[in-house]
Amino acid sequence: MTGSAAQAVAPEALTSGARPSGVSTSLRRSLRWLGVVPFGVYVALGLIVPTIAIAIGAFQNTDTGAWTLDNIKLATGGDYLPGLRNSVLLSIASAVVPGIFGLLIAYAIHTAKRGKLLRQIVVTASGVFANFGGVPLAFLFIATLSTTGVVTGWITDLTHFKIWNHGFTLYDPLGIFVVYMYFQIPLMVLVILPALEGLRPAWREAAHNMGARTWQYWRYVGGPVLFPAFLGCVLLLFGSAFSAYATAEALDNTIALTPIQIGALENGNVLAGQEHTGYALGLFMVVIIAVVMIIYTILQRRAARWLR
Amino acid sequence: MAAVAGVEAGAQAPAPATTSAARRHSFPVWRWAILLIAAVYFLIPLYSGLRFAGLKAFPDVFKQAGFISAIGLSLRLAAVTTILTLVLMVPTVVYVHLRLPQIRRLMEAITILPIVIPPIVLIVGVLKVAPGFLLSTPYLLALVYVILAMPFAYRSLDAGLRAFDLKTMVEASNSLGAGWPTTLWRVVLPNMRTAMLSATVLTVALVLGEFTMASLALWQTFPVWIVNFEQSSGAVSTAASLLSLFVTWLLLMLIVAVGSWSARKRGGAQVTLFTVAPRESSQTAGEPE
Repeated sequence: MTGSAAQAVAPEALTSGARPSGVSTSLRRSLRWLGVVPFGVYVALGLIVPTIAIAIGAFQNTDTGAWTLDNIKLATGGDYLPGLRNSVLLSIASAVVPGIFGLLIAYAIHTAKRGKLLRQIVVTASGVFANFGGVPLAFLFIATLSTTGVVTGWITDLTHFKIWNHGFTLYDPLGIFVVYMYFQIPLMVLVILPALEGLRPAWREAAHNMGARTWQYWRYVGGPVLFPAFLGCVLLLFGSAFSAYATAEALDNTIALTPIQIGALENGNVLAGQEHTGYALGLFMVVIIAVVMIIYTILQRRAARWLR
Repeated sequence: MAAVAGVEAGAQAPAPATTSAARRHSFPVWRWAILLIAAVYFLIPLYSGLRFAGLKAFPDVFKQAGFISAIGLSLRLAAVTTILTLVLMVPTVVYVHLRLPQIRRLMEAITILPIVIPPIVLIVGVLKVAPGFLLSTPYLLALVYVILAMPFAYRSLDAGLRAFDLKTMVEASNSLGAGWPTTLWRVVLPNMRTAMLSATVLTVALVLGEFTMASLALWQTFPVWIVNFEQSSGAVSTAASLLSLFVTWLLLMLIVAVGSWSARKRGGAQVTLFTVAPRESSQTAGEPE
């Protein structure tokens, strides 16, 4: 591999004894970067170039390659705008609700008395469940909540209420929300736990010594310190739900969600020659995610001020 | 979604918080209610899946048309991706730690990008720019999976390197007369064994479960096969889903087990399953010394 060879050689050159002259110092300084060149090239080719290609393609005619805004117009019309709205709303719901629930679970194990074993179990289980998106998850929920699902049967047996006759379906954004919680809640537990553990017991003791009640501690100390971290984690969950494709696709490949629509356009399921509409939708997704990540970074920086 | 192995500072940090908070504010009923609801929500779909599939469907999975070739393709992709990932990332992470520690923040930011860019967008872009000879082979997927695995591989390797004093060991080795190849092979790599194992396991788990890119690139990997197969038998698809889950979980439990075994042996930091947040992982990982 060129990579390891460069890395094996470059440090040797750097540590060899001779005193550097002016020219060779700057040469050495630039040689130093050689070691990360393979990595940089790989990231550029595999990540940056394809993303830029999408951004450029969004403004080009599918057949002629001429510059145009037609793709953007198409991608904001028809089913695509509702798809984008559904995606954003679904992702907000799949970030906030699991965010709160995950925080409660994390708090429960963080303050548990014989916490060590419980914590180990919950953290390991969260690691395992957070990894459980995609196709298998869709099939488990079909087995659980489809018209012939096990839990659907239980509800009908117990209450004689057929949920599927009263507006519930697994194949709309609400149904998908129920499914997404399955990997979003454990994800939240994993990302918020370090922030909870960053709350120093000394702050709480100090607050209580000064006569603060529990709610006052949370209102004036714990809450404000934790809030940026919590919000950051919720944004991360938003990104996770917004990018998800496999679960929704395996449940219903015609649902109006942007990732599913991009997949349909690129597979040629809709109309030939519309790939570039897909690029425009892809560009929208990247822009939304970029905004979310910028806010996330700012919040993390704020959170890090106290939670060290 | 996938996880990152983060290294955590043993018991010292959380322990005092736990005891003092628990002494004063213990709400057992509230706590158990939350955990019970969570347990019910997480276990019922598993139970439903087992009931829905029926035990008979499990052996049937292996007899289905296309199963062998799909699982074969997924395993080959996993092997190629893992090798490429280790060859690319291990030297890079070691090099950054030794020679360019000032760009560690940058590396963290770059390696988080694959999590941020939606996989559906990335694969569409890759299919747009990839040259013809790559488009005609499934190993194009392996090349892209290296990118997808990067956040997890980087974080486990980085955490692994933080757990011991790389610089001192390398200097000691060099001053004892070992050349760079010897130092890398006999000093650095043996100390990174646990980190490399978790990077490997996370990469394999990711590749075996990846659906989005494989289906867009029109290659029938195992997850794509499960979905395509649903039309013929829902029970078999559900059984196949459960099987792939259990395999993934076994792999992930393996990291935890090996991590805590090696932590006990070395008495140092403990490897736990951890996930995407970059800041948190660097914080907890930074503490051990």
